[in-house]
Amino acid sequence: MNGKAMLAAQQLEVALSGRTVLHNVSLSLPSGQLVALVGPNGAGKTTLLRALAGLAPSTGGIEVGGDHLSSLSLRERAKRFGYLPQGHLVHWPLPAKDVVALGRYPHGATDPARLSPRDEQAVLRAMQATNVVGFVERPVTELSGGERSRVALARVLAVEAPVVLADEPIASLDPRYQIDVMINLRIAADRGVLVVVVTHDLGLAARFSDTVLVLSDGRLVAQGKPEHALSKQILADVFRISAYRADYRNETVILPWAGV
Amino acid sequence: MVKANSRRRLMIATTGLAALVALLALGSLGTGPVRLSPLTVIDALLGGGTDIQRIIVGEIRLPRMILGLAIGAILGLSGAALQGLLRNPLASPSLFGAPQSAAFGAVLMIALGWADVRSYALPVAGITMAFASVFVLLGVAGRSAGLLLLILSGLAISSLAGAATALVMNLSSNPFAALEIAFWLLGSLEDRSFRHVMLALPFIIAGAIVLISQRNAFRALSLGEETAQSLGVDVGRLRLLVIAGVALGVGGAVAVSGTIGFIGLVAPHLVRPLIGHDPARLLIPSALTGAALLLAADIAVRIIPSTTDIKVGVLTSIIGVPFFLYLIVRERRALGGGVA
Repeated sequence: MNGKAMLAAQQLEVALSGRTVLHNVSLSLPSGQLVALVGPNGAGKTTLLRALAGLAPSTGGIEVGGDHLSSLSLRERAKRFGYLPQGHLVHWPLPAKDVVALGRYPHGATDPARLSPRDEQAVLRAMQATNVVGFVERPVTELSGGERSRVALARVLAVEAPVVLADEPIASLDPRYQIDVMINLRIAADRGVLVVVVTHDLGLAARFSDTVLVLSDGRLVAQGKPEHALSKQILADVFRISAYRADYRNETVILPWAGV
Repeated sequence: MVKANSRRRLMIATTGLAALVALLALGSLGTGPVRLSPLTVIDALLGGGTDIQRIIVGEIRLPRMILGLAIGAILGLSGAALQGLLRNPLASPSLFGAPQSAAFGAVLMIALGWADVRSYALPVAGITMAFASVFVLLGVAGRSAGLLLLILSGLAISSLAGAATALVMNLSSNPFAALEIAFWLLGSLEDRSFRHVMLALPFIIAGAIVLISQRNAFRALSLGEETAQSLGVDVGRLRLLVIAGVALGVGGAVAVSGTIGFIGLVAPHLVRPLIGHDPARLLIPSALTGAALLLAADIAVRIIPSTTDIKVGVLTSIIGVPFFLYLIVRERRALGGGVA
């Protein structure tokens, strides 16, 4: 495997209740990149993300930071991955600050009321980055969808893990929040974190990511720079769409336009 | 700052509840056919007072008080732990059929005639059945079960345990034994001795230690099982530990007291307005509230004038079931759409 890879997978296979949903996925992703994982519904994006985080059983090899995932304890894995699932579910009306502080759980800070100065600093940095400081004392269940998703993102950033895996972090957000969240993830990547984002928004994926992975029927069918991975051919074959393509201020614009 | 504030609230609530439990414990020692003032009770406990007072307090009422306190506490703690594990405000040992199953185990021992010979057979059988019932319940309801699935599965399991218990009584050759079992099932702390305390307390303490040791995992679990796992919580192991803790506590309790229901459901709800919803911080205050509830109920059954004695398990159910109905009304929306 590539020595510089932060996260690498070789011939990854995942079977869910007897059915193979990921076939022979190999990838190698360096630090400091924003990687968009795209594909039609049911392509296996969430499954791949869960497998990479060690949350779904898989065969094949996964290496994170040069270590085999299977050799790491649960706690050690938790320090390496900030994992943001879909839905941003919180079951009890906890103060938003306590939710963010749970990001420090892997570091042994299991009680938000007793954070070490170091954990306190990490929580504060995450809250400032996501601009949630103004409402962190409020119960998370009383926040709007946009606010809640930023709190969820803050919780993941507070882990200060070298890898962030985010599953549709911008679904059901208004355009402004979608851009805000992507900028936050971009900033994290620019600071050296490897960020993998599952999204259906090809436009934002093309604009913000360094690398796009295209998943179709459990197979990785394209990977590379957005303009290549999201080529006309791939959009037609995998997504069955055509798109308006342009360059705007030196950034790639891809606007899904019609079915083919 | 809210952080310091919530911690202070937790401190104040816990201290207040502990004081209430202490008062009720004194009240429990003073209540009965011979009423004793709290001062007399303390005097008798410290070796003063008359011989009769010392016997009444130290040998007749003290075991009853200790059991009331310990059983109430473990029920409150089990309820809070199950609600934390399942992220579900309607979770409780009695709604899941754990005490009913433990009772079946104990009744089976009594009917087979093993209970008197090997007295520890009673709690062990109770614990085994309680473990099996919660294990089966979580297996049937599935990993991410909603309210409705859990409640339905719990109903099925407690019905099965009830039917199995009825069958044992039905087949019992001795009608007096059957009657005795029937009364024992109602749940009572009357005429319990230190032998009963020794029978139940080790299991209750073990269960409590297991549950409290897992408290921080409940907090991480607020974000769902997958996120908790990603934060380093071994969710599968946590489930087993909580089931084991609840089974140890409830099984041990039921073996000496019969079924006392609804304390585990009610206690966490009474505490949440005081200290918030954090499932980890709820554990100890819920245990104290459970202890206070059972001590108070056990005092009440001795004060309420009636021709025969009212069983404390009957009283907790009479109070608990309307509270359960109130919770259903409150959770109606979640229940209505909660099959998924």
